[in-house]
Amino acid sequence: MPRFSTSLPEFDQTEKAVKARIDRLMNIKGKSSVDSIHKELGHIMWEHVGMGRTAEGLKEGIEMIKKLRQKFYSDLFIPQLNGVNTELEKALRLEDFFLMGLLIANDALSRNESCGGHFREEYQTEEGEAKRDDENYFYVGCWEYPGDDEKAPVLYKEPLVYEAIKVQTRNYKS
Amino acid sequence: MANISFTIKYWKQNGPKDKGHFDTHEMKNIPDDTSFLEMLDILNEELIAAGKEPFVFDHDCREGICGMCSLYINGTPHGKTSRGATTCQLYMRKFKNGDTITVEPWRSAGFPVIKDCMVDRSAFDKIIQAGGYTTIRTGQPQDANAILIPKADADEAMDCASCIGCGACVAACKNGSAMLFVSSKVSQLALLPQGRVEAARRAKNMIAKMDELGFGNCTNTRACEAVCPKCETIANIARLNREFIKAKLAD
Repeated sequence: MPRFSTSLPEFDQTEKAVKARIDRLMNIKGKSSVDSIHKELGHIMWEHVGMGRTAEGLKEGIEMIKKLRQKFYSDLFIPQLNGVNTELEKALRLEDFFLMGLLIANDALSRNESCGGHFREEYQTEEGEAKRDDENYFYVGCWEYPGDDEKAPVLYKEPLVYEAIKVQTRNYKS
Repeated sequence: MANISFTIKYWKQNGPKDKGHFDTHEMKNIPDDTSFLEMLDILNEELIAAGKEPFVFDHDCREGICGMCSLYINGTPHGKTSRGATTCQLYMRKFKNGDTITVEPWRSAGFPVIKDCMVDRSAFDKIIQAGGYTTIRTGQPQDANAILIPKADADEAMDCASCIGCGACVAACKNGSAMLFVSSKVSQLALLPQGRVEAARRAKNMIAKMDELGFGNCTNTRACEAVCPKCETIANIARLNREFIKAKLAD
């Protein structure tokens, strides 16, 4: 495999960005451990963005995630160590989980139907089965991160086009 | 379910050149359905709260399939679990109230310590790489019965393939030998007709790499077999030796 030179402007730029991200987290110097915040985030996701979702619960969940993210950026504690720092490693992942959690919650909130693993409690049949809305949600959602945590993500729709099969509702009962 | 309290002695070492030492911490009221790694997470939360440096250890899937967790617990790799379990599948109910639990890294020249109980096992990746590719005819999939393989052979190959490359065999071996690992990886392909094509080259290259990286040889002590979380047997090592000798004779 050919080795790329590390003295390229792209490399310098990436290195600087990673370093700035690490420095930001290292300099918070708060009191909450990475695991303690991670567990709080897990509970929010489980309770509000879990298997049965509602618009109300999701809105509440999104606010809670945002509030917890503020705590993450103001009260995170990472020990100052030279060399291997597993707490820093976890913190970098947890920072990604905030973005990921919000993405899942926003997507679940925007999709006013039940479909597959996405079950919105407001949208179910009398028998408690998932109720799809093909008229309005017959697309794959793709969200753009606008480069800023405060800005709302932008939705792109990729329409579903089936040519060979007829789209039906799955039925396990008959 | 009950809670237990115990003393944990854990290995601290700042890189491969550092001498290293044990630190001790009192663990109180740990539920006995806590897994060993979850207990270490609790330990780290307590250490961080006390302003001490957290204890570094390897872990990933926590369901016994990835081969990342690697702790010498009370003198045994992966602890004294019932056979076929990794550290992540060891639970605190295996310990008693008032115990002292000693946690050490894999100790072997082939696995230098990165920090505390995290060791560098990239030597295993290098051995796997040395094994090279397996010829597979691409294109239209052939019928499942085009190559007939006796059930017993398929089962044995699958047993060999269940080696997760955790390195417990090396850690347990007085010679620091990687033979159980290498033999399992050679066997999983050598037992099947699809793997015969490169069998000779594979056995020679993997053994050459294993020797080059400083792993020792096998003296049939069977310590590896006793601690392997996937129950690999040294019958694999006998097969590896046969594959190697056959390949050398054919040269």
